[in-house]
Amino acid sequence: MNKAKVYPWYFAIGAVLVYTVLNVVPGILGLGYSFTDWSAYSKELHFVGFKNFIDVFSGKGNYLTYILNTLLFTFVTTVAKTGLGLLLALALSKGIKGMNFHRGVMYMPSVLPVLVTGLTFTSILNPKIGFLNTFLRGIGLDFLAQKWLVDSKLAFWSVMAVDIWRGTGYIMTMLIVGILAIPNVYYEAVAVDGASAWQKFRYITLPMLRQTLAVTIVLNVIYGLKVFDMVYALTNGGPGHRTEVMYTAVYKMMSKGLYAAGTTISTLLFVFMLIVGYFMVKILTKDEVVE
Amino acid sequence: MVSTTKNRFVTLFLKNLLAWCASLLVLVPMALIILNAFKSDGETLTMTMDLPKIWTFTNFGVVIEKGKLVRSFFNSFLYAGCATIVVVILCTMAAYVFSRRRTKGFSMLYMYVVLGMVIPVNYVTLTKVMQVLHLTNSALGIILLYTAMQTPFTVFLTYGFVSKVPEELDEAAILDGSTPANLFFKIVLPMLRPAVITAGVLCFLNTWNEFIMPLYFLHSTDKWPMTLAIYNFFGQFETNWNLICADVILTCLPVVLLYVICQRYIIGGQTEGAVKG
Repeated sequence: MNKAKVYPWYFAIGAVLVYTVLNVVPGILGLGYSFTDWSAYSKELHFVGFKNFIDVFSGKGNYLTYILNTLLFTFVTTVAKTGLGLLLALALSKGIKGMNFHRGVMYMPSVLPVLVTGLTFTSILNPKIGFLNTFLRGIGLDFLAQKWLVDSKLAFWSVMAVDIWRGTGYIMTMLIVGILAIPNVYYEAVAVDGASAWQKFRYITLPMLRQTLAVTIVLNVIYGLKVFDMVYALTNGGPGHRTEVMYTAVYKMMSKGLYAAGTTISTLLFVFMLIVGYFMVKILTKDEVVE
Repeated sequence: MVSTTKNRFVTLFLKNLLAWCASLLVLVPMALIILNAFKSDGETLTMTMDLPKIWTFTNFGVVIEKGKLVRSFFNSFLYAGCATIVVVILCTMAAYVFSRRRTKGFSMLYMYVVLGMVIPVNYVTLTKVMQVLHLTNSALGIILLYTAMQTPFTVFLTYGFVSKVPEELDEAAILDGSTPANLFFKIVLPMLRPAVITAGVLCFLNTWNEFIMPLYFLHSTDKWPMTLAIYNFFGQFETNWNLICADVILTCLPVVLLYVICQRYIIGGQTEGAVKG
């Protein structure tokens, strides 16, 4: 059987073409444009060398803060979602009543539009009339009623907390699938030796979950670095630029006509992801490749 | 023995406690939205979990009219629906070729496409590309964009399914005189039914929820999908929580229904690949 004839190359052309033109080409163009002074205010385009990148790393225009905020967001949400997800997965993987109910409920936030979740929480976290503060005052915990999204010290943590609320159920579900895939014989074998629950977790569950954990971490990191909807809906980067992340900053620069700056920030992420992304994809597709 | 029984009881109690706390944490905001969507204007000055004094069903009508939701609903449906069909067809075809012809070139091409799962979009230059192609502010443009964004994951997802369809089937069909197109559409694609459903449902879900693409590329209000419409509505009626809650429900309803009906496919698809190790 002639494979080239039976599986013609042009079957793949549609997907590859659309993907290349609208995904890869902008990325590569962006790399080029980040060495120019591209803006809405001038028709001419000048080559400026590494100036844009130097501006970013010398702390000009707060760009560095946005990058650091993005990294902080990514780190905190990844750790929290993985940790909480694992804890819940362990509790919900076997032998408790209403398991399917709990799983179904906790997964729900990850199918809702992120934007809508964000908007909903702006009302819940509203300092004066929001549900959270009304509730806290109602049970006499007035001192806990904070200006969640308004206080400049607290705002970013509130944003991260809402995102953790949204994303933990998804991670939990992946880990549950992973835990259930561990053959029971392993646990039976060590039970004979009188292993404690902690030992079972440490020496069987955790090592066997390595691949699943790696995938969830990769997915969380990808999501975190690209976060936009959640921040845009909750604070739009404010108060000041306290909660500004890379993609919300790029959107603002774009609206102000600062194309070169916007493209430079995007390019930094693009290049970083090209380097790290290969390994991430290897983790995501691990078995597929061996198959 | 007594202590282990007691231990088991304590563990079980803690597990249940944890499960209920987590579930409540998710359910309370949802209940809050549902309850407040049925309250009258005066009742939602502060958001509470009280039952509505008068169950007001007119909120939904008001929102649909004031938020121009009929138009947006149709738009969202058009964009997500078309993108889903295009993505599923193009990506299963591509995954089929990648999976069957594992030459060095095609493996690299597969990696190239799948790398899109991690590559970030440069919206600034994408705007330029969209302008050059005359795709800004057009339904076709947004559908193609959605297609491009969903392609990497869908190819990755369906690739795994294709390799489970036995190759002997292809040989038999070819010996019977089937053309390549016939072989794919009449024999292989029907066998990929679970993959097609999974990929389709996830694609629809993701594109329905999409916000950033329309924000950048759809400027006229009559082209807005539900997500942009609700964002705009929120800005206008910031104090009318009852209306906003009704809007939230209307925006989420399709995806929630899809989730309830296709839960198995959604969870299966989103966790695909994570646990084969």
